[in-house]
Amino acid sequence: MIGIIDYGIGNLGSVSNAIKKLSRDFLISDDPSRLLKAEILILPGVGSAREGMKNINKRKLDKFLFEEIKKGKPFLGICLGMQLLFEESEEGDVSCLGILKGKVKKFLIERKIPQIGWNQVRIKSHFLRDKAWAGNYESGIKNKLFTQIPDNSFFYFVNSFYCIPENKSIIAGETLYGEKFASIIVKNNIMATQFHPEKSGKVGFQLLSNFIRKFYVN
Amino acid sequence: MLTKRIIPCLDMTEGKVVKGIQFVEFRDAGDPVKLAKKYNEEGADELVFLDITATVENRNILIDVVRKTAQMVTIPFSVGGGIRTKEDMKQILRAGADKVSVNTGAFNNPKLISECANIFGSQCVVLSMDVRKVTTDRWNVFINGGRTDTGVSVIKWAKKAVSLGAGEILLTSIDRDGTKKGFDVKITRKVSQIVSVPVIASGGAGKLEDFAEIILKGIADAALAASLFHYGELRIKKVKDYLQSQNIPVRN
Repeated sequence: MIGIIDYGIGNLGSVSNAIKKLSRDFLISDDPSRLLKAEILILPGVGSAREGMKNINKRKLDKFLFEEIKKGKPFLGICLGMQLLFEESEEGDVSCLGILKGKVKKFLIERKIPQIGWNQVRIKSHFLRDKAWAGNYESGIKNKLFTQIPDNSFFYFVNSFYCIPENKSIIAGETLYGEKFASIIVKNNIMATQFHPEKSGKVGFQLLSNFIRKFYVN
Repeated sequence: MLTKRIIPCLDMTEGKVVKGIQFVEFRDAGDPVKLAKKYNEEGADELVFLDITATVENRNILIDVVRKTAQMVTIPFSVGGGIRTKEDMKQILRAGADKVSVNTGAFNNPKLISECANIFGSQCVVLSMDVRKVTTDRWNVFINGGRTDTGVSVIKWAKKAVSLGAGEILLTSIDRDGTKKGFDVKITRKVSQIVSVPVIASGGAGKLEDFAEIILKGIADAALAASLFHYGELRIKKVKDYLQSQNIPVRN
């Protein structure tokens, strides 16, 4: 079962549709006790960081996420769901979950904000090689996350802010929008994307499917 | 690099796609869900649905189309027509749309933009503006399906809507709509230069060169077309191949 976290904002429809297309069971809930049963958690994201954190805290999902991720439950954060993993966001000057070290900043160089549309993701070479997760989860096993994801594939982005992880080695993919930013991060049981894989056509579905297959036994 | 988007638009009434000329003389152009699926497969970057009658009965039909479309397509799509409240917006997003476009409802009640942007994020709120040239150097905003001249200049409303939180502008030239005489480059350029959000140009696409012109001279971030694609006069791939040959970045 895949748990899609409902925190009052965000576009659950497109995420759940994508999971349906991949023929996987899911539940949508804002209740930690129900989400506890899920084998994989997805934090989708459309909306503002302030509203997002307010709703997460109100539902006591902050503590739940912190503990579940720490225990090793596979987690996928999408867009705002990626940004909220970090310590703080410039968007509304809000404290976020702090599961990863680093902050979230606004684009400074390009005039048009938000970035809306299809942009390319450069996959970091050490994530494409065998032993991609060396020292991490399942070290030594060929990294299946990027199977059939050609380097420089186009994904759909809608964002004004981006993450700056303190630990650069977790950056698995980078994208250029005036400035270079982390568009995919991977750390142990965490994957997060700044783009929307559920809205990125075939290649987006491939990435979702890779993530689920990597972690899903059933 | 961020690519320029090519967006087919599906104007709908009573669950069917229709296309008119200058907002009148509508004719049937087919089933929305089927068309959406076709464009998705042909490489459209996004889809736009507009319910042009937007009555209460049509709202339910629209929601049903949105739900079915969301199950079929793997690219983003926006939905608009008759959005008056944040509940309207929530209903459409919940059905699986990625963005909602507001037009008359936002003009009459600009707070709708800030309310929706605060809850759903600016990226969800598209300001749809129907505009017409009224003097040699002035374009006004028209509401109620292009029937009512508000007397307000396009530039003024665009600036205000963006300051309230609109994350994107869909700019439709009523003068050019369905005429295939090319986009209104002048007003698109003006709007694109004064706002800090992406602008989708709409109305008038007729040939390949129009797409390059609106992107290069009109500084549009995306170009929208309806009848050209519905009736198979141009294929999305052909448009993209052409743009690429003109060194315009597209997703292919």
